[in-house]
Amino acid sequence: MSAAQGGPLPGPAEGGSEPPGGKRRPHGMLKLYYGLPDPAGEARGGLAPGEDFGGPTDINGAHFDPEVFLTKLRKECSLAQLMDCETDMVKQIRSLDSDMQTLVYENYNKFISATDTIRKMKNDFKKMEDEMDCLAANMAVITEFSARISSTLQDQHEQITKLSGVHTLLRKLQFLFELPARLTKCVELEAYGQAVRYYSKARSILHQYQHMPSFQGIQDDCQKIMANLAQKLREKFRDGGSGAKDLAECVELLLQLDEPAEELCDEFLSHARCRLEAELETLETELGQPGGAPINDILEFIDRGCNIFVSNMCLVIASYQELFVSREDKVQDITRMAQDKLVAFVNCLMETYFSLVERRIQLEKGVGDNSLLVRALDRFHRRLQALAKLLPASNVAAEGTEIVVRATKERIRQYLLALQNFYQDCLTDVRQSLAAPRLAGKESPNLAELLGNMSASVLNQIKSVLAYVHLFTAKDITFSNKPYFKGEFCSQGVREGLIVGFIKSICQTARQFCETTGDKGGSTPPTLLLLLSRLCLDYETSTISYILTLTDEQFLVQDHTPITPVTSLCAEARETAQRLLNHYVKVQGLIISQMLRKSVETRDWVNTIEPRNVRAVMKRVVEDTTSIDVQVGLLYEEGIRKAQSSDSSKRTFSVYSSSRQQSRYAPSYTPSAPLDTNLLSNIQKLFSERIDIFSPVEFNKVSVLTGIIKISLKTFLECVRLRTFGRYGLQQIQVDCYYLQLYLWRFVCDENLVHFLLDEIVGSTAHRCLDPVPMEQSVIEVICERG
Amino acid sequence: MEDAAPVIYGLEFQARALTPQTAETDAIRFLVGTQSLKYDNQIHIIDFDDENNIINKNVLIHQVGEIWHISASPADKGVLATCYNKTLDSKVMTCAAVWRMPKELESGSHESPDDSSSNTQTLELLCHLDNTAHGNMACVIWEPMGDGKKLISLADNHLLLWDLQESSSNAVLSNSALLEGKGQLKFTSGRWSPHHNCTQVATANDTAIRGWDTRSMRQIYYIENAHGQLVRDLDFNPNKQYYLASCGDDCKVKFWDTRNVTEPVKTLEEHSHWVWNVRYNHSHDQLVLSGSSDSRIILSNMVSISSEPFGHLVDDDELSDQEDHHQEKTKEPLQDSIIATYEEHEDSVYAVEWSSADPWLFASLSYDGRLVINRVPRALKYHILL
Repeated sequence: MSAAQGGPLPGPAEGGSEPPGGKRRPHGMLKLYYGLPDPAGEARGGLAPGEDFGGPTDINGAHFDPEVFLTKLRKECSLAQLMDCETDMVKQIRSLDSDMQTLVYENYNKFISATDTIRKMKNDFKKMEDEMDCLAANMAVITEFSARISSTLQDQHEQITKLSGVHTLLRKLQFLFELPARLTKCVELEAYGQAVRYYSKARSILHQYQHMPSFQGIQDDCQKIMANLAQKLREKFRDGGSGAKDLAECVELLLQLDEPAEELCDEFLSHARCRLEAELETLETELGQPGGAPINDILEFIDRGCNIFVSNMCLVIASYQELFVSREDKVQDITRMAQDKLVAFVNCLMETYFSLVERRIQLEKGVGDNSLLVRALDRFHRRLQALAKLLPASNVAAEGTEIVVRATKERIRQYLLALQNFYQDCLTDVRQSLAAPRLAGKESPNLAELLGNMSASVLNQIKSVLAYVHLFTAKDITFSNKPYFKGEFCSQGVREGLIVGFIKSICQTARQFCETTGDKGGSTPPTLLLLLSRLCLDYETSTISYILTLTDEQFLVQDHTPITPVTSLCAEARETAQRLLNHYVKVQGLIISQMLRKSVETRDWVNTIEPRNVRAVMKRVVEDTTSIDVQVGLLYEEGIRKAQSSDSSKRTFSVYSSSRQQSRYAPSYTPSAPLDTNLLSNIQKLFSERIDIFSPVEFNKVSVLTGIIKISLKTFLECVRLRTFGRYGLQQIQVDCYYLQLYLWRFVCDENLVHFLLDEIVGSTAHRCLDPVPMEQSVIEVICERG
Repeated sequence: MEDAAPVIYGLEFQARALTPQTAETDAIRFLVGTQSLKYDNQIHIIDFDDENNIINKNVLIHQVGEIWHISASPADKGVLATCYNKTLDSKVMTCAAVWRMPKELESGSHESPDDSSSNTQTLELLCHLDNTAHGNMACVIWEPMGDGKKLISLADNHLLLWDLQESSSNAVLSNSALLEGKGQLKFTSGRWSPHHNCTQVATANDTAIRGWDTRSMRQIYYIENAHGQLVRDLDFNPNKQYYLASCGDDCKVKFWDTRNVTEPVKTLEEHSHWVWNVRYNHSHDQLVLSGSSDSRIILSNMVSISSEPFGHLVDDDELSDQEDHHQEKTKEPLQDSIIATYEEHEDSVYAVEWSSADPWLFASLSYDGRLVINRVPRALKYHILL
């Protein structure tokens, strides 16, 4: 610290590394005395603060000057300090003296024994020196001998070394010279491995000395032979007959011969390709002629494909991988190159194979039993899994699944088509059976039975198709656990595509009957409309939900894609049923309307004779209405009648004819009050509801009949208004209307409706009459009862 | 924007025949012909005072018989033609004649309806369209754009073209065409196209519609089975020369392009009974009226096949005005739709006609003699105009 700063010997102060051990303490002073640097002392430098180490005032320093020291002390210190210093110094001197004495005493014996030892050593060394001299002389002799021997043997040794070198060289040369012959022999013996080993040993040497003509000759020979050999190997390689092991050896050797690996890969693959393609061709021939039937069933086809083509493909892949891909000593590049080539090769060939399989699947059109196809697809898929395991880099597995999915979708489509065709056939059958009995002149066919048969056979067909389709999801089928088959197949394929699609097509077909025949009329038998309407209604009430529940149970739908809800399907079916029934009413109404219209339009109402009978057309109308009533009654319930009247139609009619009817058009005959007619009829209309003629009907017999009668009577009314009547014309209409009144009321839900319309007809006729003299009600009744 | 209530006018007799006074373009005036076998038939001249919502009527006696069809001359306000039933020796014949109404009634006299003295005026007969050789007259149609000198009448299966000469006092049959075919063919109605220089006429018989060229009197198009049942009426689109509307007993109104008649362009099926009448609005051909024996009148907006484009084409001027442009954008183009169903009638409606003076007004006539004058809803009117 301060001491280090002032000291002229900075070395010890800095480099002190010795620990201040207590053992060294006693020597500290001495050391200081002898001027040796003592780090311990310096550590204690604090004892004499402000002292000048090494300077003339340093009492322990080498350059101590007592004069200076004293002067300094005297100058700087007080008396007390001087006194202290003096005592201190005396103390130090004393301790130094005692230290010295102790040292001398301690080391005295050691000095004596050291002196003795030195003396003894002096004697011993003398003896040793003599012996050493002797040894030196002997060694010299030995050296001389040895030198002499070496010099004599020198030449021979050199010669031997040289000879042995020459010998080795000669052997190598001999090997080289013999190499062509050996190689030839090896080739002859087909010991190609040996030949390659020989050649690979010699190759580098030959290469090194190729500038020498003789070696070059050898090299040329060897290369020729080896080229030949390589050629042979390749031939063998190319030759299909050699087994896999031979082939592997060939490739191994060729690779050792530095043949380019890429070329070998290509060759190997092209060779394999030839064979595989030949197999594919055989497969293709089994497809049969285009347009013709396939030679054997699909399972057999797939079996052959699997057993021949796919298994050979597996073999090729396996051996190729063994040869080119999975070898430890291969460079990474080559492995990758080889792998890429293999993948491309496999993909290419599999593509052809797939296209063949797809073509075969497309030939599978029969929509009966599905199990063969499913089994075939399963086998196909299973074998591809094995192949894919061998070669994960190729996309065969995915493509194979893709094919299976496509085939399945196609299958579903075919089933839908088949169902639709079946439905159409059913319709044709129904049409025929509807038409046939009429020709035979028998009773009309039992509609309920027809409907029952039709809906049962359609339902059966649906069930069997569901069963066929269900095979695709069987547990033992490998592809059934693919995501497609778990989700989309069930929901979109079977439920939506097949079942919902079929139900929709049923409705659509039915609706077409309403549209296409609407204008032309008559091409669809009305009975069929009625039947289909009931069918659709049945579907709405029960069949749809039954089928869909069945489907959902069989195909547990795990998919969450949106599906058509039962309600919307039911709504569609109901709407279809409604339209069909409306159309039925329209068609039937039109048929009766036409009869009435013709009957009104073609007659000369002014010059007609007095009515004696109900016109035949009215009887016909009633007959037709009755038969329609029977027909509808077979399929639809009775329905509710409004204000059910007593079955006595007479009583009702008498009210209608006498009081109301008379009061209605009696005033109009009096010329004084033409307004009253309108007023009266208008007032009456105010209280009666407006009648919609072509309005939707309800699903019951009464409503259907009401609709038909409404349409017919309204036509009657409109036709009457376009004609002019004579007295007897009016009376004829009166008779006709009474007759209708007698028979039609029982068919409709509200008999007032019939009354109202018939009133209108008679009223309008009276208006259109030149000489309106109504017939007596009693006469009318008599005529009608007679008719 | 409350729509004005319909105005109802009652005739004493049953009636089928209605026409606007075609030559009148200022006053709203309709002619109605009555049907009565007992009394003298009448032609009511109905003046409608739009501002006061009042109807003024004048009655002309039409003594010759009940009126089945009436049509007013497009050139002379005072001239009209009727088809009427004549009973002779217990034989009923439908004849046609051209009439002139008294001069003072031509432009409507605003006398009070109670004034009975004016109610007894008679029509002046100009000429008969002699049909003894041709059968019953179904209707008489005037050349729409002409000078009121050319007429076509449909008599059973004859299409007759007449020239009126000597100030309409003489009708000369200038040309005719005969409809031939199986059974008894009968024209039910016809319309004269205002396009092609008035050389085309369309007629309906049974379920078919035929087009005729008046120069050659040859058939130019034929829509077989235009309707499932009888075709009742026709009308030409006043702005689109190939468009034709028809209606019939299948409750439908159909729109046709006469260049391609295999399928209708559009079909409306809104009525619940036979449709007797269909009429295009004279100015805004998207507005179509139809009257039916279900006692209803339906006003439809057939924008998609009208001459007016969907929405409005925005002019450049309007584009520059930001506000206007904004307004234009908010206005949605109208879809084809039923605008209104008018249910004021209690009986079958056999005639419905637009006014020739006010494009937003129309009259309808039901069999019980009720004439109803109605307007296009104001909201739609402004939508079309603005």
